[in-house]
Parts: sequence; C-alpha cells; structure tokens
Amino acid sequence: MSVEATIEEKLAVFEARVSRGEKVEPGDWMPEDYRKNLIRMISQHAHSEIVGQLPEGKWIPYAPGFRRKLTLVAKVQDEAGHGQLLYRAAETLGKSREEMMDELLNGKAKYANVFNYPTPTWADVGVIGWLVDTAAVVNQTMLSQSSYGPYARAMKRICYEEAFHIKQGYDLVVSLTKGTPEQRTMAQESINRWWYPTLMMSGPPDTLSVHTNLALRWKIKTKSNEQVRQEFVDLIVPQIRALGLEVPDQECRFDEKTGHHHYTQPDWNELKRVVNGDGPCNAERLEVRRRAHEEGRWVREAMEVKGSTARVS
Amino acid sequence: MTDTQWETYEVFHQTRRGDAHIHVGCVHAPDPQMALHLARDQFARRLRCSSIWVVPTRELTASDYQDESFFSQATDKSYRDPKTFGAPDKLDPHAS
Repeated sequence: MSVEATIEEKLAVFEARVSRGEKVEPGDWMPEDYRKNLIRMISQHAHSEIVGQLPEGKWIPYAPGFRRKLTLVAKVQDEAGHGQLLYRAAETLGKSREEMMDELLNGKAKYANVFNYPTPTWADVGVIGWLVDTAAVVNQTMLSQSSYGPYARAMKRICYEEAFHIKQGYDLVVSLTKGTPEQRTMAQESINRWWYPTLMMSGPPDTLSVHTNLALRWKIKTKSNEQVRQEFVDLIVPQIRALGLEVPDQECRFDEKTGHHHYTQPDWNELKRVVNGDGPCNAERLEVRRRAHEEGRWVREAMEVKGSTARVS
Repeated sequence: MTDTQWETYEVFHQTRRGDAHIHVGCVHAPDPQMALHLARDQFARRLRCSSIWVVPTRELTASDYQDESFFSQATDKSYRDPKTFGAPDKLDPHAS
C-alpha cells in the first residue's frame, strides 16, 4: 500500500479477515478495543489458573494414598503451567508480566469467582476436577476457536491437559459414591456447595454482560455466556444423576421442547461480590500469592544475575 | 519494580527421532540452557518427547502476513501440479 490506510479502512479489512475465520497474530493491525478486551480476558484467565492452584493445593499433604497425591501434584503443576502459557499470550499484546502480576497481588485484577470458595473436604478435590473443570473445558473449547492466534493455540494445549483433570476428579467422586454412606454424603454435600459457583463461572447473563457484544463481533469468543452455561448444564446433569447423586436444584429438569435442561439462575449479585473481592476466601488467596511471590524473590534475583552475566559474556 | 523478563525463546518439540521439530510455544529465559530446562518443564510435561530446540525469538526472520504478494506466483505454475496432467494411470495394451 503506497498511501497509508485510514483507521476505518484498516478496521474494515480487519473485520473482513475475522469474519472469514482468519486468525489475528501479534504483529497484525488490530482495533485498540480488541487488544484491550483480549488483554483483560487473557490476563484474568491467567490469574485464574494461578489462584486456581490454591483451593486444591491445600489437600496435597492429606491426599489418601500416593496415587491420588501424585495425581493432585501433577494437576496443580498443570495449572501453574497454564498460567504461564496464558501470561505469555497476554504479553504478545504488549502488557508486561510484571504489570499483570502486580495487578493480581494488589487486588486490582479479577479472576474466576470459583476459586474464592473454601475446600473443607477431600470430596471438593474431586468435584472441582469434575464439575469446575468440565465447565472450564466447555468454555475453553469455545475459546480455542478464538480469532486471536496465540490465545486459541494456548487453549488447544490447555484443553488437552484438562481432559486428565476432569477424569481424575470424576474417578475420585466415583470412588466416594461406592464407599461408605459418610463418603457418599461427603460427595453430595460437595456438589451442593459447588453447583451454583460453577454455574456462575461462565459469566453473567448476556443481558448483564458488558463485554459480550464486542467479543462476539470480533470472535474473541464464539459463544455467549448463556450458551456456554447451557452446554455445561446439559453435559453435567446426566453425569451427576448417573452416579445416583442429586443436582441441588428442584427446578432442574430436561425440557423436551427445547432439548435442553431447565435450571435455576444463580445469584448474580453474589457473582459480582465475589469477583470484586468480597468472596469467602479472596483475602486468604491473595495473601498466599503475596507470600509465595515474596518467597520467590531470591529465585528471580538469582536468575536476573545469571541473565546479566550471560548477556555480558 | 525489577524487570525479570528475559528475552524469549521459541520452543520446538520433536515427538520421536526422525520426526520434524514442531513449534509449540515460547519461554522467557536468561540463557539458552535455562530456556531448555524451562521448555522441558512447560512443554514436555506429558507428551512423549525425544528432543527440544530453543531459538532466541530475535534470531527468527519471518515473512510479513500483510505482504500477500510475497507468496503470489508471477505466472501460472499449474504444470508443477500432478493433478493437472491428463494421462490415464493405466494404459490398455490392446487398444490401438
């Protein structure tokens, strides 16, 4: 192009490319709002992976038996790895990892609501793997179609690993349902605790969501929050019932007419509160992260020294 | 705040000897050895892996997506495509 294109012309080319299903790569021209939306989404997603290590990580020392312990360690390690992949994807949009880390630690950044709830029993490890990660995979499978190349590619890899997370969680819950009445009760109570927080994960209803329209228009997301949530409910309800467990919602039933499960909407004010910092465990989660960041300072400094020596030589 | 962001290395993963190395992602590292270790932890955690390459991102030279003419061919090159030849796969020796 000999003459510099106007913003409108660039936008038209960009939108045509996206609607053809082409991926956008880091060096490409993109609207500022596309970049901002992606940075917000990907960094929140990364924070969720990092904080997501904590509710289950707490159970590593108490895991019953070596196989469960090794499995749980591997799962938590995966979450850390997913966080790294996602921070890297966000960096390609021009935001530094320090800035993102800083925003997480000073409480400015948001992350998934679900990791701000407590995990009082071992059954919670199973239910998080099974319910929460199924909801996450439904969402992430959708995101693997995202128009932003680095995000879509990270999602493919993450979904591949999440399949193991779901399976180990399901296996754990199955072992509880086959156990003593107390173990069965423990599994049911855990489902009761996690049901609504898990439904909230896919985000507020489309009418309340401020970001959905733009995200769909530019194919950052390819499905709305409601679609993702419905897909999760249709997938998980038969699984819960097949184990002889109950969905803690009297209204939850399959609707022949729509071909979908009807369900009671969660409390959207609760989602707002928890995401904005006022959930049962927000303060505890951030405190643990701050301590971990402080305790890792010497590693960063040692590597910095190594890096500068390497550059000099 | 100290900047702990070292340069990036592109990571290439080979599943078994003889296969092509395939690009799988990127790590930050202070030097190539460290990049190799981090790449192993991040990208060879589960999949079978026989070899990993790390290459400083700054050493890569890439074509420009915007420059579509870079790959356009000046003239018709269809004669290089086996599908454009009309000869039958088998000939009948008795046909005259």
